[in-house]
Amino acid sequence: MRSDSPLRHNPGSAQGLQRPGAQAEQWAAWLLAGPAVVLTWLMLLGPAAGVILLSLTDWTFGAPELNWIGLDNYREMWGDTAFWQSLRNTLAYVAFTVPTSVALGLAVALLIESGSSLKGLYRALFFLPVTSTLLAMALVFQFAFHPTVGIVNLALGALGLPTTDWLKNPDTALFSLGVIGIWQAVGLNMVLFLAGLKAIPKDLYEAAAIDGADSGWERFRRVTWPMLGPALVFVVTITAIRSFQVFDTVAVLTEGGPNKATSVLLYQMVQEGFSFLRSAYAAALTCIFLAFVLLLTWAQNRLLDRRAHYG
Amino acid sequence: MASVSIQGLRKSFGTTPVLRGVSLDIRDGEFLTLVGPSGCGKTTLLRILAGLDHADEGVLFIGDTPVDHLPPKRRDVAMVFQSYALYPYMSVRQNMALPLLMRRLSRLQRMPLMGRWLPGTRATLSDIDSTVAETAESLGLGSLLERRPAQLSGGQRQRVALGRAMVRQPSVFLMDEPLSNLDAKLRVSTRAEIAQLHRRLGTTFVYVTHDQVEAMTMSDRVAMMMDGEILQLASPQELYDDPNDLRVAEFIGTPKANTLPATLSHDVLRVANEVWPLHGLAKRETQLRIAVRPEWWSLGSTSERTSPAEGWIDGDVSHIELLGSETLVHVQSRGVDAVMVARVTPEAARGLMPGQRLRLRTRRALVFDAQGLRIRGVRWAGGRVCDVAPADAKGPAPAVFSA
Repeated sequence: MRSDSPLRHNPGSAQGLQRPGAQAEQWAAWLLAGPAVVLTWLMLLGPAAGVILLSLTDWTFGAPELNWIGLDNYREMWGDTAFWQSLRNTLAYVAFTVPTSVALGLAVALLIESGSSLKGLYRALFFLPVTSTLLAMALVFQFAFHPTVGIVNLALGALGLPTTDWLKNPDTALFSLGVIGIWQAVGLNMVLFLAGLKAIPKDLYEAAAIDGADSGWERFRRVTWPMLGPALVFVVTITAIRSFQVFDTVAVLTEGGPNKATSVLLYQMVQEGFSFLRSAYAAALTCIFLAFVLLLTWAQNRLLDRRAHYG
Repeated sequence: MASVSIQGLRKSFGTTPVLRGVSLDIRDGEFLTLVGPSGCGKTTLLRILAGLDHADEGVLFIGDTPVDHLPPKRRDVAMVFQSYALYPYMSVRQNMALPLLMRRLSRLQRMPLMGRWLPGTRATLSDIDSTVAETAESLGLGSLLERRPAQLSGGQRQRVALGRAMVRQPSVFLMDEPLSNLDAKLRVSTRAEIAQLHRRLGTTFVYVTHDQVEAMTMSDRVAMMMDGEILQLASPQELYDDPNDLRVAEFIGTPKANTLPATLSHDVLRVANEVWPLHGLAKRETQLRIAVRPEWWSLGSTSERTSPAEGWIDGDVSHIELLGSETLVHVQSRGVDAVMVARVTPEAARGLMPGQRLRLRTRRALVFDAQGLRIRGVRWAGGRVCDVAPADAKGPAPAVFSA
């Protein structure tokens, strides 16, 4: 640095010289970011930290005092067969509903997109389950799955296929709930895929046609599928998180039964926290649940980053 | 390699006619450009050639084969899109290999995973690989084969698009404004490269552009299109010197040709307010348009005597553009509301100031009727045909302006 620069006011102290206004800019930055920072902590990070801390105590709802017990809740969970049963059920539910509803959503989206008429009607029809209240619709499904007058068994019986009491049979109860979950998820997946399909430039299909890839399968393989990559990652993550959160159908239709065959993480959490008032143990279950959701979100971000240079 | 023949092509989108009976014969190995303003139907014509759109009426031949009913892949054409339409998730190598994969491998051989193990697949694949590498090398893409399109610059993407078209040696290249997404400098150098590529390959090129400079600089012949019709099909020089239609004269050439309204009564032709000594016009033509190219004007002073073999117009200098090699002088005519542009040497314009009064003189002019159709055979008073360059092309001695 040249000390005789005409721009410098005090040539003696070149070091540590601060541009005028820099301090004010910093204050302004904090002032502007302040509300968001406060709200993020108050509404999101604070409660999460609270749950994590709570899971390290022995507090029960309404108790006058609580003790710090470290990882005892988690230790108890490790030996709790009910917890393992819930986790297994949840994972099985996710493993069944996610691939099926994603595949069905994609199939419906492709069919609607390739059709020429009534697109709007089909879109609306398939989207209806998303807008309906699942609690109310659960009543309809309860009726449909009814062992004697339900349409499912009537149809199966007419075809000469074996029937069962779908929601009371431990072998089929979780599967039946999964069917309801899929019924609801397909609509949203379809809409997300439709948006993804719309974003694929027509040029690419035309270039593919000239290059020789013009059959339905080649178009799908060479253009549609790879171009849907980012949408697919998003749809899978969203569906997986929503499937992890399955609760309402369990609570209304099976109450976790028969014999815990449909007890899922969230249902057990609600039972522990609100029926048995074991708030700290419920908090520990919540932490496990949060960990799964975080894992999914992290995986999604990794995958999307890898595909970021699609541009 | 193949010729292309288009006969009586018509196409409408809904009730809007886009092509109104286009016929065109493209010679084998020719570089033919379809040029015209946006909406003139040139891209639609190209897409019909490619098989991406279908004509309502008309016949289409590539070589001796009628191709109207053939899908794009069976027409042996390659296309470079305006957007390049590269597959963003594939590397340069994969982008360029796809047309060959689709052509040289059977359906079974293309199956994921298992296809690789079928007899012959590997040999074909390595064949394809070396063809791709060769083509990439010839386009200067050799070191970029593993990159994805998003990691390339605009010019590089453009080359990949070219490479993907070249790699399977089609009989016709179709190009839809391939330079419009490049910056001005790159456009000029790529123009030359594409022209060289055409000479090297010797294949038929059909090139669509709205830029008349591209049309002029690259083509063997140019088809000037407007409103769904071909107005004129000619070599670039012919299109410039001898346009059939006023719209062609105005579209080709920058700065634009100057057009002036003219009226004919009792054998006297008035252009703006001056009498021009032009003869040989039919009496029924009373309303005419005269077009004069900027470089056909020479500058003179208003007091100068004019010869019987030239036209002129008086006006005031409104603006002067210095380009270094030449100077554009804008002149506001006094008689009519029109600004003329004259392209003169820097010497001829030396000392000229805005606001100065002067006379634009020309010994060359194109005459059009009220519908814009060219009228040929019009002569100056001396008997010389008015629309060709005078024998002593220098024109009258330039006037000297003092500052």
